[in-house]
Amino acid sequence: MAYAIETGGLRKSFGGQEAVRGVDLAVRSGELFALLGPNGAGKTTTIRMLTTLLKPDGGTARVCGHDVVKEAGAVRARISVTGQYAALDDALTGRQNLALFAGLYGYSRGEARKIADELLILFGLSEAGGRTVGTYSGGMRRRLDLAAGLLPRPEVMFLDEPTTGLDPQSRHDLWDTVRGLKRQGTTVLLTTQDLEEADQLADRIGFIAGGRLIAVGTPAELKARYGGKTLTIRLAEGTDADGVSRLLDERFGLECRREEEGRIVKASVRNAETAHAAVGALLGDGTVVEDFALDDPRLEDVYFALNAAGAKEAAV
Amino acid sequence: MNARASLPVREAAARRPGRLAVTALFMRRSLHHLGNNAYGFVFEAVGPVVMLLIFAFLFGGAMAGSVKAYVQFLLPGILLLAVVPMTVTSGATLCSDIAQGVYQRFRTMPFWQPAAVLGLIAADGVRYLAGLAAVLGAGFALGFRPEGGAAGTVLAAAYTVFFAYCVSWVFAWIGNIAKRPETVSGSSMMILYPLLFASSVLVDTATMPRWLQAVVNANPISMAVALTRGLFHGNAGAGELAAGIGAGLVIAAVFMPLTMRAYVRRQTA
Repeated sequence: MAYAIETGGLRKSFGGQEAVRGVDLAVRSGELFALLGPNGAGKTTTIRMLTTLLKPDGGTARVCGHDVVKEAGAVRARISVTGQYAALDDALTGRQNLALFAGLYGYSRGEARKIADELLILFGLSEAGGRTVGTYSGGMRRRLDLAAGLLPRPEVMFLDEPTTGLDPQSRHDLWDTVRGLKRQGTTVLLTTQDLEEADQLADRIGFIAGGRLIAVGTPAELKARYGGKTLTIRLAEGTDADGVSRLLDERFGLECRREEEGRIVKASVRNAETAHAAVGALLGDGTVVEDFALDDPRLEDVYFALNAAGAKEAAV
Repeated sequence: MNARASLPVREAAARRPGRLAVTALFMRRSLHHLGNNAYGFVFEAVGPVVMLLIFAFLFGGAMAGSVKAYVQFLLPGILLLAVVPMTVTSGATLCSDIAQGVYQRFRTMPFWQPAAVLGLIAADGVRYLAGLAAVLGAGFALGFRPEGGAAGTVLAAAYTVFFAYCVSWVFAWIGNIAKRPETVSGSSMMILYPLLFASSVLVDTATMPRWLQAVVNANPISMAVALTRGLFHGNAGAGELAAGIGAGLVIAAVFMPLTMRAYVRRQTA
């Protein structure tokens, strides 16, 4: 299996503060990999090293088989970056921006103009194409930034928090574009704080905290490993919720939360068998259960579980 | 919006652009900047004319008996006084420009990186020429008649632009190491203005005490003014040519490599 991105013991400090503390990452060719983690976890620093913007203090990083320090030129020829801060020239018009980037990638002046117009249409910016980017809204800037990122037909695309601050419609449009990239065989490394985004898009997720990669897996694997299913039980009016909680705790070791003044009892369960047994025990006990539901684990549960683990580790 | 899901399939560019082509693209970018902010461009070019008028009318009578007589002496100096400070703006623009996000994008792209600075500095020639044309036009209107004629005027103008390019590397370097464009503008007060005024731009050095003459004559700006005057009036000697061109080349030879080194270092800091 060829890796599009491969790092070993990657490190970076800023003034004594270790931002990235030994990251080992292996992203397969054609894979959509999401780096998930809280603010300051080291996601952006990792991306900046992989895109040749920062020199690592230690460890190795290869993109498409090329070392990011020694063969920065070869790496740059194969990647493209779209950042959380749209990297555009505010004093140029949208069309001038795209034509400039196209020219820098080696397209002739005529081709560059044609490509700029194509991309403006594709991203719904043809009318704004003649205005300077300084006058654009946040969403328009992000769209133009993404269009610029798609210009070179990259082998590996880096998307650094691409949907931060976007409205829901723009967010879904961007997801469509990212899925389109994947269909074309582009490797995508995405950083995000948005759990739904990682869940929707990623083949695999790497969870990063305190400068370390602390868990890697498919969304389903991570949920199975770190998150539990949620059992929700709706009780008839006047039921003794305390008694129900006590029963579930004593017989099944479940920690219950109560909502709606005790009408609803919720608990995390390991699997469906436990949930069945718990509901069966309540019914056998004569409790009136109006309704019950078993929900799949959410990435959110994984996120909080891992965040807590990361915080514990950082404190050591 | 569904169109966005089907991305364009495009032939990759045939080949990497060469160094010259990329530098030309960055020059074009700067010219677009000027075009998109035409008012600023015009104000900057016309500004120095005001300086010429002030000095000509304020000092003209006292220094040479009349405005017209003083302008013969003053104009070559004023030309430098007008054009050389424009290089401070080059440095300040570079400073704010390379702090922008777009330079992050440039740095992840596979082209010859020094072009991003070189093109910007090169395009500033347009601003220098505009300032020069405005001052020269006003000078002619005030009665400036160089003895070197059209050829002398063209040579003097060409030298002025050459010298400004050389000095622009000083501020390009400061623009690269300074965190804020204000620092670049501020540094000009310390570096450029003492040099500009402690020179033979406004007055003949013959009236100064000998020690001051020595200082003023060693000032590269004085060398530049001497050559500009010589070219305008068609009497530049070999010594003036060597000193005037040499002063520019030394400045560029020191500060251009410093600038490039600072720019490349800044990339991966």
